[in-house]
Amino acid sequence: MANQTRTLEAPAAAAPRRSASLWGDAFRRLLKNRLAVLGGVIVLGLIFVAIFGPMLAPYEYQSQDLAAVVAAGGPVDPFVGPHFFGTDNLGRDLLSRLMDGARISMTVALVVQTVVLLIGVPVGAAAAWFGGRLDTLLMRITDIVYAFPDLLFIILLSVALRETAVGKAMDGLFVVFVAIGLTAWVGMARLVRGQLLSLKEAEFVEAAKAVGVSDFKIILRHLLPNASGPMIVAITLGIPGAILAEATLAFIGIGANEPRASWGKLVAEGQTYIRAEPHLAIIPALVVAIALISFTFLGDGLRDALDPKLKGKQ
Amino acid sequence: MTVTNDQGRAPGDPEFSELPLDVEISTEEGRKLVSLLKDDRPHARKLLEVRNLSTHFATREGVVHAVDEVSFELDYGETLGLVGESGCGKSVTALSLTRLVPSPPGEIVAGEIIFDGIDILKLTGNEMRLLRGKKIGFIFQDPMTSLNPTLTIGYQIAESARLHLGLSRRAALDRAAELLSKVGIPKAKDRLADYPHQFSGGMRQRVMIAIALACDPMLLLADEPTTALDVTIQAQILELIRSLSDEFGTAVILITHDLGIAAGMCNRINVMYAGRIVETGRVDDIFESPRMPYAWGLLDSLPRLDEEKGARLRTIEGLPPDLINPGPECRFSPRCHYARDVCRASEPELSPRAEEDHLARCFGTEPGGWIQ
Repeated sequence: MANQTRTLEAPAAAAPRRSASLWGDAFRRLLKNRLAVLGGVIVLGLIFVAIFGPMLAPYEYQSQDLAAVVAAGGPVDPFVGPHFFGTDNLGRDLLSRLMDGARISMTVALVVQTVVLLIGVPVGAAAAWFGGRLDTLLMRITDIVYAFPDLLFIILLSVALRETAVGKAMDGLFVVFVAIGLTAWVGMARLVRGQLLSLKEAEFVEAAKAVGVSDFKIILRHLLPNASGPMIVAITLGIPGAILAEATLAFIGIGANEPRASWGKLVAEGQTYIRAEPHLAIIPALVVAIALISFTFLGDGLRDALDPKLKGKQ
Repeated sequence: MTVTNDQGRAPGDPEFSELPLDVEISTEEGRKLVSLLKDDRPHARKLLEVRNLSTHFATREGVVHAVDEVSFELDYGETLGLVGESGCGKSVTALSLTRLVPSPPGEIVAGEIIFDGIDILKLTGNEMRLLRGKKIGFIFQDPMTSLNPTLTIGYQIAESARLHLGLSRRAALDRAAELLSKVGIPKAKDRLADYPHQFSGGMRQRVMIAIALACDPMLLLADEPTTALDVTIQAQILELIRSLSDEFGTAVILITHDLGIAAGMCNRINVMYAGRIVETGRVDDIFESPRMPYAWGLLDSLPRLDEEKGARLRTIEGLPPDLINPGPECRFSPRCHYARDVCRASEPELSPRAEEDHLARCFGTEPGGWIQ
């Protein structure tokens, strides 16, 4: 008898009960995905550099080491001497400039996705919840924005606002961020609408109505949390697009004013010396590629981890 | 007039109001409603008077008369059964009482629903929210899908109390724990932070009951509360509903297609067929002397213990009529073995039978009719 009691109690002691396992389960599945972990670590590193960059950087991104340029007779070579990645033709340390670029790219990620959430979620939620004419109207607007040539719109907006206070905010970056966000929210609006259209038929919505919960609160507290998995994935997978858009614009000379060092601008500047000093273009281009691929790995991993259909299979 | 309630004010606080945030009171009935939310006393002769309620659904094929001129009454604290086969309008009747009929395509097109003296069809949608959850609790059929998978059990029980009783988060969670132990869930306090998937089906239905009773409602609508559960759990859940409604003095409308459940739980029974009430009476009268061939059919189709082994279950032959264009005839006449020409020419009214409060809609069992 005593023996029996012990065998019954043992497993309970070995595995203590945990709560809040919805996110915990997803996180454990994510940790099993090596590529996602690798992506996540790089993303965390980028965020760390973006926040503490100025303290970590060996030089200031805009300061020039003219003596070194004169001594080398042009851009300083990488991997020798105090400038690890070398310098550009003005003697500015490339590593420090890349770190400033990380700052810009992470801000792009944050600001653009905030704009995407602020516009996409209300539009999608309103279209799904109220349906009918409002749905038609909002979705046609979404279609129009979707069909509009993004880059053209962003270029027009940045050029038109270049001389205004808005255009000059954040070293010229603010208007670029917002412009990218204004073209990128359509995907989120469609995603949220699709998710909510199926969720609003769920019985727990009727149960919430039967308790007297207001429409607004039903959307906010009952529906959106159920759609948060796909939304998180969409945000993570949308970040590389935003970073790439900013880099593309910087490459053609729109966005960050001198002396800020957007990654796209570094590639464009390095391109001039592609024969003599190929590292000036290649290193920033590699950094962009690694950043994009890290976010994509992380996003894919999150999708697998948060997909309820995969629950219990891994 | 906008009445707001700072969540977190305790009762007794001069600023305390039992109204949820930002409900605009704009109708006469709404003002009456606000005054009677203040206490739990009866304010009318009957808790519920439903008169000529008709709920229609607009479909591609035509207008479906899902509930057609239904009238009934409910006393304070009484338990009423709504029985009938699938699609006869039981659930739509219940949804109409809380005005939760999905619209479009559904619409309450006519009738009056007087709840505790208030004509709820005159309330605005927002005013209606004051009533739902506070005075009328609703238990849904399928506990597996009626709880939100992303919110904790505690939040979902506390939500109603925070909304209607103006309780703070903490106080509402205390109340939730109390309710959870009342519906028979052990270690209630520890389980508040759990999510629905950590509960079994029977336990989830207990949680649904806790939610429905969170604000001590006067009326509990239970729409097939045990259909999704196995038989032993069914008995427990029904016993729980019965004991709690006795304890709180809550009136119950129990919707079921299981006559056994109705017999065990109810004071009175309304038998519905094709959107209409075809027989109503005290539970004993319905079971001992049913006065409508449809009710006989229902009783006859119950499996019996003294039946011969291997015998087939009896069924009511045929299908319920199309509710898009109900004809002038008695709606049960196509399936009725006793139907005569008069039944096919016009529809009988609900008329009194020998026992008190016993009404039936049948020419054949009327005094002087051909069925005795």
